[in-house]
Amino acid sequence: MNKKLISLLMAPFMLSAMFTGCASEDEAVEEEEEVYAQTLTVSDPDYYTRFKGQDISINVYNWGEYISTGADEGTLDVNGEFTKLTGIKVNYTNYATNEELYAKIKSGGASYDIIIPSDYMISKMIKENLVQKLDYSNIPNFSYIMDNFRGLAYDPQDEYSVPYTWGTVGIIYDQTMIDIPEEEIDWDLLWNEDYRDQILMFDNPRDAFAIAEILLGYSINTENPDELAAAANKLTQQKKIVQGYVMDEIFDKMGAGDALIAPYYAGDALTIMEENEDLNFVVPKSGTNLFVDAMCIPTNAKQKEAAEMYINFMCEPDIAFANIDYICYSTPHSAAFDMLDEEVQNDPVSYPDEQFIADKTTVFINLSDDANRQMQNLWTEMKSAEDDVTNTLFVPIFLLVCVGIIIFVLVRRHIKNKKDIF
Amino acid sequence: MKLKMFSVPYLVWMVIFILVPLLMVAYFAFTGEDGGFTLSNVSSVGQYANIFVRSIWLSVIATVICLVIAYPVAFILSRMEKHKQGTMLMIVMLPMWMNFLLRTYAWMTLLGNNGIINNILELIGIGPFKLINTSGAVVLGMVYNYLPFMILPLYSVMEKIDKSVLEAASDLGCNSRSVLFRVIVPLSLPGITSGITMVFVPAISTFIISRMLGGGSNLLIGDLIEMQFLGNSYNPHLGAAISLVLMVIILVIMTIMNQFSPDDQVLI
Repeated sequence: MNKKLISLLMAPFMLSAMFTGCASEDEAVEEEEEVYAQTLTVSDPDYYTRFKGQDISINVYNWGEYISTGADEGTLDVNGEFTKLTGIKVNYTNYATNEELYAKIKSGGASYDIIIPSDYMISKMIKENLVQKLDYSNIPNFSYIMDNFRGLAYDPQDEYSVPYTWGTVGIIYDQTMIDIPEEEIDWDLLWNEDYRDQILMFDNPRDAFAIAEILLGYSINTENPDELAAAANKLTQQKKIVQGYVMDEIFDKMGAGDALIAPYYAGDALTIMEENEDLNFVVPKSGTNLFVDAMCIPTNAKQKEAAEMYINFMCEPDIAFANIDYICYSTPHSAAFDMLDEEVQNDPVSYPDEQFIADKTTVFINLSDDANRQMQNLWTEMKSAEDDVTNTLFVPIFLLVCVGIIIFVLVRRHIKNKKDIF
Repeated sequence: MKLKMFSVPYLVWMVIFILVPLLMVAYFAFTGEDGGFTLSNVSSVGQYANIFVRSIWLSVIATVICLVIAYPVAFILSRMEKHKQGTMLMIVMLPMWMNFLLRTYAWMTLLGNNGIINNILELIGIGPFKLINTSGAVVLGMVYNYLPFMILPLYSVMEKIDKSVLEAASDLGCNSRSVLFRVIVPLSLPGITSGITMVFVPAISTFIISRMLGGGSNLLIGDLIEMQFLGNSYNPHLGAAISLVLMVIILVIMTIMNQFSPDDQVLI
């Protein structure tokens, strides 16, 4: 979901951290490299050669740090391999938030052939006719997608999207400072007054409201105005003990021990935990948001068939594995999952129990415009409300200063005019 | 005639990238989602009055602090020997060589609860303070980032004040205080007004400083505008209306400022 906005700037620093995190040991990496170089096998090589020699290019618009680029030794250059195999050139660009992607697509300023939005954004784009139906006969590798990730609420008939990665939202916390056993940790930890000023919170309304809604027992896709107001109320209660509302800054703050508790996305939490060994990550038992990022083709795409070929390529087991190994999120791809280390497969952070996923997690779907607007207003209200004295004092002071300035100017003019006369 | 030709590229540039976008902002501000004329966007800006008030308040404080710090610095700089001035100016400019975001990011680590400043304070024995995520931190960020914009115009004006003018003032019986208030300040007035403009305008419309140092709970107008475009609900009409109101506020404040500068040097 919300990737590193600052990652573009910090890329050189972060790259090293990412790699030590994801690819287990250097030796293993080297081995893998050889394996990649020799045995990149695709299920149906003939399928991929259809556009050879036609000098076609596709525009891929993806999250930052969200594909294996081959920039580090031992990783696979997915886009390069695609070009080598098919002769189709890939123009690859990045975005940092779903909303940025939406604003770009909606304004029609640019044409992309592949985008990878998250669940609720996909349903919003389907509703507004910004993405088009896929021809699944061109994407035979869709058969690898696990049953759990088919027919999800944002695209119930599986017509528009092919899941790329998924994950859950959980709590990352400093286990040396918080004396609560792991099993008992739940969302109410974020409202625990004992940890005043040690709590970070999502700086985006949808994720923040979802947490309040789970605590209050509502659906995270509720559009009921009363329930939204109640959730906003809950968040307002939390505000006085929250240290800050952050997104990507969480990497630094949790990593450096500036805060003890924060909600975040599982894949990124793993990266933070590499930095600071005291941290632990728990997916709360009372349920959470399951997010899925899936590949779609915008309605104004110029190369639909080539784009479908790219999607199919991304679902090749070797490619899907290379990507997931690089970005550390969870994969919906059955063959790529089987290729993972057993340790990763059994990791409750990346791959929670299937029963839990089925019973206790919900994906976001798009809310109506009214609900979105109400949520945004409540959020702005919650964040801008404050009990500072400066506010009440300001208006009279400001007016006084203005009046003072005007008098000063008038007097000055008067004196000047007199001077000129003499 | 020939000379006029040279201004054509700039005119074209201005029309395409300044005039047309401004007109589009105005158009969006006064239209609804259906494209019809409406005043509801502009009138609903009123509900964010407290955010406007906070933005103006914090940027006024930041501007005043900048002025207080920059004035003596600029004066000392302008009185130095010529070859030293170059070096010192470079030191003033030095932080600006680095990316603005990175510099602000660095303050996050400095001010954090476990940050360097709090660690040092703890060593001395003064308990940790809550430094980051306060409005004070936002002001600090503004002062830090925009201080060079105050020093430079002040310096360039003061540099032109001849040493003999100050000597003459002293000869004619001014004590050092009246030299400052009756000679230096009036002569450097254009520098003061342009310095204030160059600090106040970016400070009032910043959004990244308040997000990084204010912890997301010190919303400024810039954050509010950004939320309308990249937030939960995409509402370019309200965003344009807020931008328009902000522009009007800046215009009013600048007009007041202009009353102070000599009549032949009107700045905007």
